[in-house]
Amino acid sequence: MKMLVCIKQVPDMESRFRLNSEGVWYDEQDLAFRMNEYDEYAVEQAIRVKEQLGGAADIMILSIGPARVVEAIKKGLAMGSDRGVHIQDDHIYQKDPWQVASVIAAFARDKNFDLVFTGLQSQDRGSAQVGILVAELLGYACATTLVGFELSGDVVTARRELEAGIRAIIKFKLPAVVTCQLGLNNPRYPTLPNIMKARQKELLAFPIMDFLSEEGTTTTERMYPPEKKGHGLVLEGDIQETADKLVAILKEKTTVLR
Amino acid sequence: MKALLVCEYQQGKLLESTYELLAFADRLGADKVMLLIGSEAEVPNFGGKVYLADTGKYGEYNPDLHKRLVLDTAQKEHPDYIVFVHSSFGWDLAPRVAAALKAAQVSEIIGVAEGKFEVPACNAKLRRLLAPKTAQAVLTIQAGAFSYQGEARGTPQVERVELAGSPARVEFIGYEAAEKKAVDLAKAEVIVSAGRGIGKKENVETIAALARALGGELGATRPVVDAGWVEHSRQVGSSGQSVTPKLYVACGISGAIQHIAGMKKSTFIVAINKDKDAPIGEVANILVVADVMQFVPALTARLQK
Repeated sequence: MKMLVCIKQVPDMESRFRLNSEGVWYDEQDLAFRMNEYDEYAVEQAIRVKEQLGGAADIMILSIGPARVVEAIKKGLAMGSDRGVHIQDDHIYQKDPWQVASVIAAFARDKNFDLVFTGLQSQDRGSAQVGILVAELLGYACATTLVGFELSGDVVTARRELEAGIRAIIKFKLPAVVTCQLGLNNPRYPTLPNIMKARQKELLAFPIMDFLSEEGTTTTERMYPPEKKGHGLVLEGDIQETADKLVAILKEKTTVLR
Repeated sequence: MKALLVCEYQQGKLLESTYELLAFADRLGADKVMLLIGSEAEVPNFGGKVYLADTGKYGEYNPDLHKRLVLDTAQKEHPDYIVFVHSSFGWDLAPRVAAALKAAQVSEIIGVAEGKFEVPACNAKLRRLLAPKTAQAVLTIQAGAFSYQGEARGTPQVERVELAGSPARVEFIGYEAAEKKAVDLAKAEVIVSAGRGIGKKENVETIAALARALGGELGATRPVVDAGWVEHSRQVGSSGQSVTPKLYVACGISGAIQHIAGMKKSTFIVAINKDKDAPIGEVANILVVADVMQFVPALTARLQK
């Protein structure tokens, strides 16, 4: 069983964002980066498949981006993946989902992966396109938004999360690409011995130009913070005084307090 | 300019979000034509042309078949835009259509400006303005971002579409209903919800105490439910319950789009968050900038006086 897990490294969403000098993306300086949350479920699911098969599987972690993304790849290796691939690009933010998917597909095309895992979407861009586009380019079956995954032979029975708590149960054969929703499993924390072991694992690097032949299909005109609506009242300062003020407002503006 | 609007249909019902597609097309100033993979009994109230593929034959959502049906309809109509709602249906189907047409896709549109499309980024803390470079483009619109004014009227002119045997790789087995709700948050007049900002499971009780002091129910965000801190029946948001209480208190909730979608229609919203720029501030009537675990006990004590 050959598996590929495609991960992205994204900034902590609690960060204060500033724009870069081009005005089309955020400034990466002073931001703390981590593995995209959805992708942690993708890595975990691949490892669970390997465990189910008694270790008879190989898991490759792939990430595209500048040197910093090696940290995310190393986390995937420390969680239990076998090898890593860093596709180097200092300007990945200028590539659109179509280009990103075409690079992954070009890399994966002759490698006969049985299963490709990725997150439902990235936390920074959130297009939810890349996994599906990779599947279409490779001619693989594809299922998205998974909150349940069972493999039996070469058949996957999966649960897709729809809206309002409803799930669809679906079945498909390998090879396939699946995108993982939050809550699919409980992503493990890398243990110290596994972090040490991960240092010995293979980590290949390729320049993006080895795989990029597609033009982008969209242009980013600009990035900007949302307009502050300014409707809300901001209360800050002494805790007790603020609580008093809030209670007074609730008494006046709502009918829930006597 | 013409837009092909792809309706969403599930378990015998046309979803209301279909009308958001019409509102979006009106916003674009586009001519409209619709595709429904559903039943004749559920055609939308729309005075234009609706292509209808019978769900009795094509079943519930099936990516390969639905993709073929959209592509066939697009071939007849040559639309400039093919539009879906950004839902588990739309975000799954749209890229398949885009890939087949080699068309640009813009996901989760919340606005239109200068003929370009506005989309959220970084948990709604930023926006991007995108322009497709291809002649045809596939678009998904954020659920709730474009609302239809008034009541939709009209009887469509229906044209049936059929597929000549197309193989489907994904087999639909069935639906699993939402878990039985232990709590019906829809009936609560006051909801006090906990977000990841409360820090740890042990702090849930502090938030529940405020809910009790206000005579309300405890709610929670998805990450808090996924972490097992609060049971799923209390989850507020697009994958949990949509609520409209008289008072909603968001504790340590940054305001992911999916959460805001489920609570923004509350009559009065108070957010307690240490981050003044958190997107929850955009929908809150009052934003208390404070450490949630310091402020909430003080507020509870004040209410119990």
